[in-house]
Amino acid sequence: MLQDKDRIFTNLYGYQDWGLTGARARGDWDGTKAILEKGRDGIINEMKASGMRGRGGAGFPTGLKWSFMPKEIGERPHYLVVNADEGEPGTCKDREIMRHDPHKLIEGCLLAGFAMGAHVAYIYIRGEFVLEGQRLEAAIAQARDAGLLGPDACGSGWAMDVYVHRGAGAYICGEETALIQSLEGKKGQPRLKPPFPAGVGLYGCPTTVNNVESIAAAPTILRRSGAWFAGLGRENNAGTKLFCISGHVNKPCNVEEEMGIPLKVLIEKHCGGVRGGWDNLLAVIPGGSSVPALPKEICDDVLMDFDSLKAVKSGLGTAAVIVMDKSTDIVAAIARLSRFYKHESCGQCTPCREGTGWLSRVMQRMVTGEASVEEIDVLDNVSRQIEGHTICALGDAAAWPVQGLIRHFRPELERRIAAARGGRSAAAE
Amino acid sequence: MPKLTIDGIEVEVPAGTTVLQAAEILGIEIPRFCYHERLSIAGNCRMCLVEVKPGPPKPAASCAMPVAEGMDVRTDSEMARKARKGVMEFLLINHPLDCPICDQGGECDLQDEAMTFGNDHSRYGEMKRSVTEKEMGPLVKTAMTRCIHCTRCVRFTTEVAGVPEMGMLGRGEHAEITTYLEQALDSELSGNVVDLCPVGALTSRPYAFTARPWELRKTESIDVLDALGTNVRIDVRSGQVLRILPRLNEAVNEEWLADKSRHAMDGLRQQRLDTPYVRKDGQLVPASWEEAFAAIRAKVAGLDGSRIAAIAGDQADCEAMTALKDLMGVLGSTNLDCRQDGAKLDPTVRAGYLFNSTVEGIESADALLLVGSDPRWEAPVLNARIRKRYLAGGFKAGRIGPAGRDLTYPVEELGVDPSVLIEIAEGRHPFAEVLKAAKTPMIILGMGALTRTDGAAILAAARKVADTTGMVTEGWNGFSVLHTAAARVGGLDLGFVPGSGGLDTRGIQAGCASGAVEVLYLLGADEIDTNALGKAFVIYQGSHGDAGAHRADVILPGLAYTEKEATYVNTEGRPQRTKVAGFGPGEAKEDWKIIRALSGALDKTLPLDSVHQVRARMAEINPVLGTMNAVTPAAWEAFGTEGPVDTAAFTTAIANYYMTCPISRASPTMAECTRVFINGNQERTGTDG
Repeated sequence: MLQDKDRIFTNLYGYQDWGLTGARARGDWDGTKAILEKGRDGIINEMKASGMRGRGGAGFPTGLKWSFMPKEIGERPHYLVVNADEGEPGTCKDREIMRHDPHKLIEGCLLAGFAMGAHVAYIYIRGEFVLEGQRLEAAIAQARDAGLLGPDACGSGWAMDVYVHRGAGAYICGEETALIQSLEGKKGQPRLKPPFPAGVGLYGCPTTVNNVESIAAAPTILRRSGAWFAGLGRENNAGTKLFCISGHVNKPCNVEEEMGIPLKVLIEKHCGGVRGGWDNLLAVIPGGSSVPALPKEICDDVLMDFDSLKAVKSGLGTAAVIVMDKSTDIVAAIARLSRFYKHESCGQCTPCREGTGWLSRVMQRMVTGEASVEEIDVLDNVSRQIEGHTICALGDAAAWPVQGLIRHFRPELERRIAAARGGRSAAAE
Repeated sequence: MPKLTIDGIEVEVPAGTTVLQAAEILGIEIPRFCYHERLSIAGNCRMCLVEVKPGPPKPAASCAMPVAEGMDVRTDSEMARKARKGVMEFLLINHPLDCPICDQGGECDLQDEAMTFGNDHSRYGEMKRSVTEKEMGPLVKTAMTRCIHCTRCVRFTTEVAGVPEMGMLGRGEHAEITTYLEQALDSELSGNVVDLCPVGALTSRPYAFTARPWELRKTESIDVLDALGTNVRIDVRSGQVLRILPRLNEAVNEEWLADKSRHAMDGLRQQRLDTPYVRKDGQLVPASWEEAFAAIRAKVAGLDGSRIAAIAGDQADCEAMTALKDLMGVLGSTNLDCRQDGAKLDPTVRAGYLFNSTVEGIESADALLLVGSDPRWEAPVLNARIRKRYLAGGFKAGRIGPAGRDLTYPVEELGVDPSVLIEIAEGRHPFAEVLKAAKTPMIILGMGALTRTDGAAILAAARKVADTTGMVTEGWNGFSVLHTAAARVGGLDLGFVPGSGGLDTRGIQAGCASGAVEVLYLLGADEIDTNALGKAFVIYQGSHGDAGAHRADVILPGLAYTEKEATYVNTEGRPQRTKVAGFGPGEAKEDWKIIRALSGALDKTLPLDSVHQVRARMAEINPVLGTMNAVTPAAWEAFGTEGPVDTAAFTTAIANYYMTCPISRASPTMAECTRVFINGNQERTGTDG
């Protein structure tokens, strides 16, 4: 259980002032200049020592990512891009940060930008986040007026500016290279990697794309030391994390917790438990719509961190916990996700463009059982033909929920097929 | 140079090479749809997946994966084969099973790869996707349901053709390749998207449902509809030319072909002269060869050479011009010219009329001055080369001449009349500094600048620009004349120009009008004003019943370029030879043979009994014509005549790209292109056609 003294996002629920005064009262922008004086390597080493893994879903070590930027600024400027295009179904953590604690993000932009040699940070925010965009812009203006940003940010001599750019609502624009394309004014389609953004990113310049939560947590980590952060959670899964619990719980909520908290504790402690009690639990999608669902047997004792969830063939993703009780039509739920991925596939590369539609159509039939048992295997096989064969991870994201369904709920699929068969033969008699 | 192993074979390739290219060096072909070596890498078809170690345990797209030291690539492992089978299955689930009625059948990449990676049955039981057709103009037919979204066409139009008019709309399954506004592709290179399309989504509209590839006899030849000398492949069935495709030649056309050169070939079937004609009582009546020759003999015999003249047209081949030049010689005439547009080119100095930089050389130029030239229409494929150079960066182009025309790369508009050229020549214009600062500057001098009455002075001024801005250095000559006629350089090389005291084109026309010239021999010359030839006796030798034939008193039917083996010299001075692909109609004969036969009928028999003797004679006149396919650099000597220039603005040499010669004027496809592209795509009315 996370103690209050170790919380990073102390205004997660917006009970306090979101503005600069409130932020300063919570400790933001405190000693920023001193942190900057540690130098680029000092900051990056501290981030590496913290063991922070990217909070956007893939869990790539943040400090390591920053260190990929060229050491010297060459002819091309460096850019920091903050991914605030929070579109993963079930996820609503970045929204709360930008709404209630925007200064954490802005201070993080300065520190991260400085650490990677960027004078400009772009925050690519989901267009639907109207209030959050306004808050961010207001907070940036406050920071600029206070000299925290600008040509001499925090009196450090480092010029830093932050701009907000609104997206137009495509899920794929949350993929880092598609986001860069979109930011450049092009069609939001993922780019091929390599080259990676740290070499050739925004406008062909070295760029690092980070999730809002990763950047917003950085100032506190740098103030309180990497060792403090690394001391929380489990090895290789350090620190605290925002969990977004939705679905069939008594009190859905966003909460900051220690990494590695048991799923059951998370739900019982913070969400008032599963609707109708723990035994009424059917399944949990632990990390946003793109990770495989887990049945109750696994949920009983699984820990909420990257490695533990990977061990049970799911993933932490964005830590958006979607709880489903026994009233849920699990097949319909996953079929809905398949429809979502079909709708959001950018259409650029073959397996995803053609495969997501295939998955979705078969899934729609699976809901009513109008399929054959062999088709379950075809479905699984098709999902594996998509997974790992695409330019970006959307193909994987479309495949995993279906794979999870087949892995854990195959009997339910077969039952429906048999029922539909029975219905048909009964009707024929 | 990184060293890697592909399928167990070690290979060392330059850094930056992709795995697919490295495999190609070893002769291992990796299947692909979206990858094309002349286009940017898209990596979207996923057909070229290979297993790469070290790396994540999933296949990598070899077209986009740069090689690295110690890489171990497997192109035929279980993982790679499974991945490709999967991709192929995905490509086929929404691809219609209409191969039997698809024009791509037999030369379809998808069909070919499906033989290796396709399943024998489909696991997909849902409805297939269907997509509405897109309007892409008179040359490109679409069947977008067949599209596999490789985006080659999008990348070609955007990158090579320079007209960003195609793209992918929508996303996911509903993504569609289209011209954004559903308009005809406004490019002279649009036909190339048909070649690039790996499936039957984009096919040739004029060729639709005409033939299967295995029915065609393929002949490698040369195009003569512009002066570039594009290398082509002519596909023929039963002696009839059915289509023309580009052929790879890095030095000339890479692998592109202009629309006119590709599609004007249906003009080879229209308006053909298939028998000799003789004018009797004002009417042209069919005649035998003997009658035609007799009619000429009756007129020419005993006539003084100075009263005879000859003009060679834009598609006259070197063999015919050699024979005609010699015939005029034995008839005692010095009135001959191959410059029917009256261009003031100096035939005595080869460097003065060649595209000296060479087409490939454009890629090493760093500054360009266009004078009275519109390369986009005069040589679209050459224009694409200039755009390629522009895209590589560090290139500046300026233009003197008709302003405003989009050349697909930015040009600085320097002015519209020759005074600017003089200013640059005298170093009084800022662009002179741009040229001087450049390491390899070049000038492209078009026919729009040289066909004027002050053409010789403009030629001299252009030479002065070349001299004063350092365009001619050791190993580099940036002085480049862009011709519009395929025959022009060959004619100049052969000296098909007025001899001492002879008349040039304008003089011959004036002579005809005044009666000083009594017999005019037109060798495929149709671009002169044939109504202003007075009472002259006109002999027209050519393939088509065009302007020249209408005015003629005797018509001698010749062959078109697809029907004879003939030599043409392109604008760079590169002699190339066409091959016999199809047969000419009726009595039509090879052009040099007609002249040789006529010389016999006139009792002035030329010693040209075989094509070898003709070619030997050609090489005797100019040794350059003896070395095929190569550019012989020309010495930089004095040419042009300095003098006052007119202040009139430059005009373009071509009024309508789609109709510049008898073949293209006879072509129904080019007529349709003219209606769509030149006349603003007006609706047809009831009185049309």
